[in-house]
Amino acid sequence: MKEFAGSTGLVLNEPLLFEKGKKGRSGISMPRRDVEFSELDETLTGNGPNFPDLSEVEVVRHYTRLSTWNFGVDTGMYPLGSCTMKYNPKTNERQAALPGFAGAHPLLPAALSQGALKVMLELERLLAEITGMDAVSLQPAAGAHGELAGMLVFHAYHKSKGSRRSKIIVPDTAHGTNPASVALCGYSPVNVKSNDRGVLSADTIAAVMDDETAGIMVTNPNTLGFFEENIREIAEIVHDKGGLVYADGANMNAMLGIVSMSEVGIDVLHLNLHKTFSTPHGGGGPGAGPICVRKHLEPYLPTPRIVDDNGKYHLSYDFPSSIGKLHAFYGNWGIIIRAYSYILSLGADLKKVSQLAVLNANYIKEKLKDTLQLAYDRPCMHECVFSDKLQAPLKITTLDMVKRLIDYGFHPPTIYFPLVVHGAIMIEPTETECKEDLDLFVDAFKEVVREAGEDTERLYKAPWRTKVRRLDETGAARNPRLTCGGGN
Amino acid sequence: MRYLPHTEEDIAQMLHVTGASSLDDLFSSIPEDCRRKTDLVLPGPLTEWELNEMMAALAQSMAVAPLYKVFLGAGSYEHHIPASVSYLLGRSEFSTSYTPYQPEISQGTLQAIFEYQTFVASLLGMDVANASLYDGASALAEALLMAARVSGLKKVAVSSLIHPLYRRVISTYLEPAEFEIIELPFSADGTTDLSKLESTEGFGAVAIQSPNFFGCIENLSAVGNLTRDTQTLFIASFTEPLAYGLYKSPGSQGADISCGEGQSFGIAQSYGGPGLGMLACLKRYVRSMPGRLVGQTEDMDGKRGFVLTLATREQHIRREKATSNICTNSGLCAVTAAMYMASLGGSGIRELARLNYDKSEYLKKELRRAGFKIPFAAATFNEFVVEFSPGFEAVYKRLLDRKLVAGLPLAVYYPQLPNHYLLCVTETKTKKDIDALVSELKRG
Repeated sequence: MKEFAGSTGLVLNEPLLFEKGKKGRSGISMPRRDVEFSELDETLTGNGPNFPDLSEVEVVRHYTRLSTWNFGVDTGMYPLGSCTMKYNPKTNERQAALPGFAGAHPLLPAALSQGALKVMLELERLLAEITGMDAVSLQPAAGAHGELAGMLVFHAYHKSKGSRRSKIIVPDTAHGTNPASVALCGYSPVNVKSNDRGVLSADTIAAVMDDETAGIMVTNPNTLGFFEENIREIAEIVHDKGGLVYADGANMNAMLGIVSMSEVGIDVLHLNLHKTFSTPHGGGGPGAGPICVRKHLEPYLPTPRIVDDNGKYHLSYDFPSSIGKLHAFYGNWGIIIRAYSYILSLGADLKKVSQLAVLNANYIKEKLKDTLQLAYDRPCMHECVFSDKLQAPLKITTLDMVKRLIDYGFHPPTIYFPLVVHGAIMIEPTETECKEDLDLFVDAFKEVVREAGEDTERLYKAPWRTKVRRLDETGAARNPRLTCGGGN
Repeated sequence: MRYLPHTEEDIAQMLHVTGASSLDDLFSSIPEDCRRKTDLVLPGPLTEWELNEMMAALAQSMAVAPLYKVFLGAGSYEHHIPASVSYLLGRSEFSTSYTPYQPEISQGTLQAIFEYQTFVASLLGMDVANASLYDGASALAEALLMAARVSGLKKVAVSSLIHPLYRRVISTYLEPAEFEIIELPFSADGTTDLSKLESTEGFGAVAIQSPNFFGCIENLSAVGNLTRDTQTLFIASFTEPLAYGLYKSPGSQGADISCGEGQSFGIAQSYGGPGLGMLACLKRYVRSMPGRLVGQTEDMDGKRGFVLTLATREQHIRREKATSNICTNSGLCAVTAAMYMASLGGSGIRELARLNYDKSEYLKKELRRAGFKIPFAAATFNEFVVEFSPGFEAVYKRLLDRKLVAGLPLAVYYPQLPNHYLLCVTETKTKKDIDALVSELKRG
């Protein structure tokens, strides 16, 4: 039998920081006091926070132990659908940590920050080339921030035309953040259903698109892993009624060098640098969500924008139609450096990234389709979606299966999303997984399904090998304890 | 390419399994008229060693310590970062993981964030803190949206001494939702003039920053007294949280929400991002809070564990009725800040905050002695405003040539304050550095 990565070992316990330490310890080298104490208005001073005092060793052990309870891309395969958990190259970390980049103050005069300005401008140009769009802003700090920027651009565009529109079309295969981003801009989402092929029909859009509708947000490829094949026609329908087309580019990892987003009718697109362009997800950020627009929407991009004055760069707020500022400074520079390094390291091989990402997803789809029910049996892009239908007679759900998968050493896929598939299992292997690991993943999933027929308890109570087992989430929400010592 | 593991043989075997005849054939579901007609025109690929050389050259063009002495704060602060913090932050189990949706294999991130929430709540004197927002500016915008949800009122009062760039972000966020923003002017002592606020009626929120953009400590309890038992929420924001190691916390002075930028806590300045949006509030508002929350619970064996909780506020469950659209936040920065706060400890944060105060007071005293004017009398923390003589701009430029950044010219943001500069001194500046600055300023 094959040897899976999942195993047991010595897992160390570690209390909360607030249960450790002793007053008088210190984990920091206090800088020298080379000035006198100054007078201080005691009526303004407080007691300071009640942090524990810990030595450096205690802090280092604490976080090292905590880290071993985590699973990262460096630990193993992380096939979370629509999250693109690809390998995060280490050279990118090195570049972001260069003292000139990491130590730079954002309000330095332009003459003293040419390197950063140049990298940002060049990344804007590279992303424009990659997406086929005309202009880019790197300011949004995450995908949802990019969506907000995009909706603000819609709002500003329509306002400039003197039209007030109140709705945005959002398909059922869009990302969860889309409706919330729409609402932030005062629009209400109009939900539309995808057809029996898992994509949008032009007729569906034609039936709801009207003069009150500001446009549509499409995730392409969508969260079922399919290219929205009617996108050109849909864009035409939306444009004819004066609307705009937004593309959520979270799934761009399938499209590099394959599709030019402007040619298929997209007006605004956001990218997730922490997905497609390999920057680490950080256990929940920081990421970056640049937006790319076509020429006619460039005046609305966030400010400041970088201006290239014959090889001398500066920041300018002089864009009167701009939606304004979205970030205290210019966005997540540390992430921008990593994405820039990634693109330069790949060059034209970026197309191969998409080809191999799609190859890996289709390979898994074929290998698992006799074990799990495919939501739609047709070739996919970067991810494939199954349901738990075949396991229903055993009373085994998606959750049970993926929790057991953990014991085999794999991070679960995205589950119960998209909502259009019952018990969805959405697998995105990404291009950085090799064939042997894909085979192992497939074998592990088959083992889990075999176990389901043998001993359901093994799945119901999984995982068995982790630091903690299934947790009481209902209790956590009913009686929230959100700080140490807080709650109840 | 070293990130792509497929050999030609792998590709051939895998294509065979999928039934596609070639890599291009995998994309046959994309209509012909949707395919890109031209190849990508991109530089590279660079070898790892070429990339190192190129990036090092670009990084060298940036004015940073130790070659430059940068007396610049204004929302981004140069503090020492212990090697232990940078080292721990590089643990890839933290950095290469996703949002902890699978708690059994994310306890490291979850416990670290739970501890972060505890640190932040304690620092700000609030009941609960969320797992982070993007930066101080978006945190303030989200706080205002939250206050509007709680109070049902879209009219807000915002101090003119809130970071001017944050105020721009607020306008961007609030404009489409048709908020009314009333700006509160500032008084001669460098703090917010509250006289417009005799009655807070009709206001959903009052937002004040302390230390404010001029570095001055605001009279937060005066604002707390105005908003107590009214429907108006008091939002206390900040750009320099280290100040609360010395000064009274927002919560102890009646704030309902406290939010701001946490970069000072072990996070590299990194040309302004990524930062750390901190947001904390009183317990009664928790269900209106934006962003993620980690809560304590038990596993099926009764063992303590942590999960993401109260998710019904969030976009992936609540969709358009969510408290925010935020998904990816600044998780790793929050963990970094927790590592830093743990390293400082309660004793350390008091000592370090006091050192920042004393060093900046030393510069203030030396500048006064040299005949420069300190226009605002209110107490400050680690930055303050200096008024130089007309024509100082030329001196400022000469100092840049001598690798000294003598603060931030305020006239860009406050045209009524020509020749006013905001200077910052943290623990990273020695007495010698400060003396050198004063003597260069005198030299002109």
